[in-house]
Amino acid sequence: MLTEEPALTPIAGGTDLLVHWPGNLEARKRDYLDLSRLRESQSGIVWEDDRVTLGPLTTYWDAITDDRFKKEFPILIVAARQVGAVQIQTRGTWAGNICNGSPVADGVPALMAVDAQVELRSAKGSETIPLDRFYTGYKQSRMQSDQLVTGITIPRRQFTTQFFEKVGSRKAQAITKVGVAVTHSDETGWRVVSNAMAAVIMRCGEIEALLSSDAKIRKPEDLLGAVDADMTPIDDLRSTAAYRRTVFARILFHALRERNVRVSTDAG
Amino acid sequence: MPDAHETNTIPIDCTINGERVAMDVNPSWRLLDLLRDHLGLTGAKEGCGEGECGACTVRIDGLPANSCLVLAAQAHGCNVETVESLDPESLGHLHECGTTQCGACTPGVVITADWIRNNPDSLEHGSIRSLMAGNLCRCTGYDGIIDGVRASIDAGASKGNRS
Repeated sequence: MLTEEPALTPIAGGTDLLVHWPGNLEARKRDYLDLSRLRESQSGIVWEDDRVTLGPLTTYWDAITDDRFKKEFPILIVAARQVGAVQIQTRGTWAGNICNGSPVADGVPALMAVDAQVELRSAKGSETIPLDRFYTGYKQSRMQSDQLVTGITIPRRQFTTQFFEKVGSRKAQAITKVGVAVTHSDETGWRVVSNAMAAVIMRCGEIEALLSSDAKIRKPEDLLGAVDADMTPIDDLRSTAAYRRTVFARILFHALRERNVRVSTDAG
Repeated sequence: MPDAHETNTIPIDCTINGERVAMDVNPSWRLLDLLRDHLGLTGAKEGCGEGECGACTVRIDGLPANSCLVLAAQAHGCNVETVESLDPESLGHLHECGTTQCGACTPGVVITADWIRNNPDSLEHGSIRSLMAGNLCRCTGYDGIIDGVRASIDAGASKGNRS
């Protein structure tokens, strides 16, 4: 169907697409392809020995209420519980969060930090794109208009550290001003993903390299060089670039220190 | 959808407050519009229209959702419960604890509160306060709401209308 009508916008939970619906006439004039009637068959979570796969219509709440997620991927649950409130978490889907492409999404950075892969399919065939190579620019991705997400696959690893931290205007129902998702496993090393810092949600290669090195990290400022090398933060209605740069370094530093990993806690 | 343009309606068949509803809906109606403007169920309120305030909260297949962020056509095959389906007796504890002042948020608060009370497992995923965070109130300062929900839970699950 998307092959014939590439202008169709697929809609799942609707928690992004329906915002300001009555007044947003332009959005209402678009044509939508409602996927929600497929929920029963497309929302399952499949656990295999080496991976777990979220269905294209798996909601945040589906993951939140799956005990294995809480045990193995607390980073995803912490992020999911910060997407709006329960009323959003019961409708919003992980795949929708990816496809909407917002640079302030909360589900995407957590997924990126666990090396999620996006399975796409069209009438022409299927392909898999690693989430950290999915976005090409602001709300732009490598996904074609005739493709649908058919699954999100996450490798099962032994993480030594995993966390998601965000700063918003208030604790609940707040869109992220600055966010960071971090994992470490002996197998693959560090993953540091920034959220709301740039035009896209992205891996921070310099920060990952710094954390992998022997360099002493004693204070938030010790991270700033790598922060600047990885990102040029954005100014927007929610915050300023200067605030984002400083706060990103601080939340990353303090999150590491709280968990007693990587940073030096000695006074020196 | 091309067909929707031609006919300008989409047929749905769903259950609303225990009754079967089969009708044709306009593709641009939200579930909130269907409930309020076409079925006369005005309990759910439109506050922000963007999924923040929770005044339009209903339950869809047992889970709280913002009816302003769901298309009416998406209710097909679903079990929708609005505040009108609840047993008024079950609200006693909320009254006693000062949960309500102006009443604008109350229908949504009551739906979410009733969900927590009838699904105590939900408290494994967050505190009452965090589970109620999707229902904004600009009068009570929330402590009354939290106290009311706690009192309702302590008094045992409601015998409200559960389908």
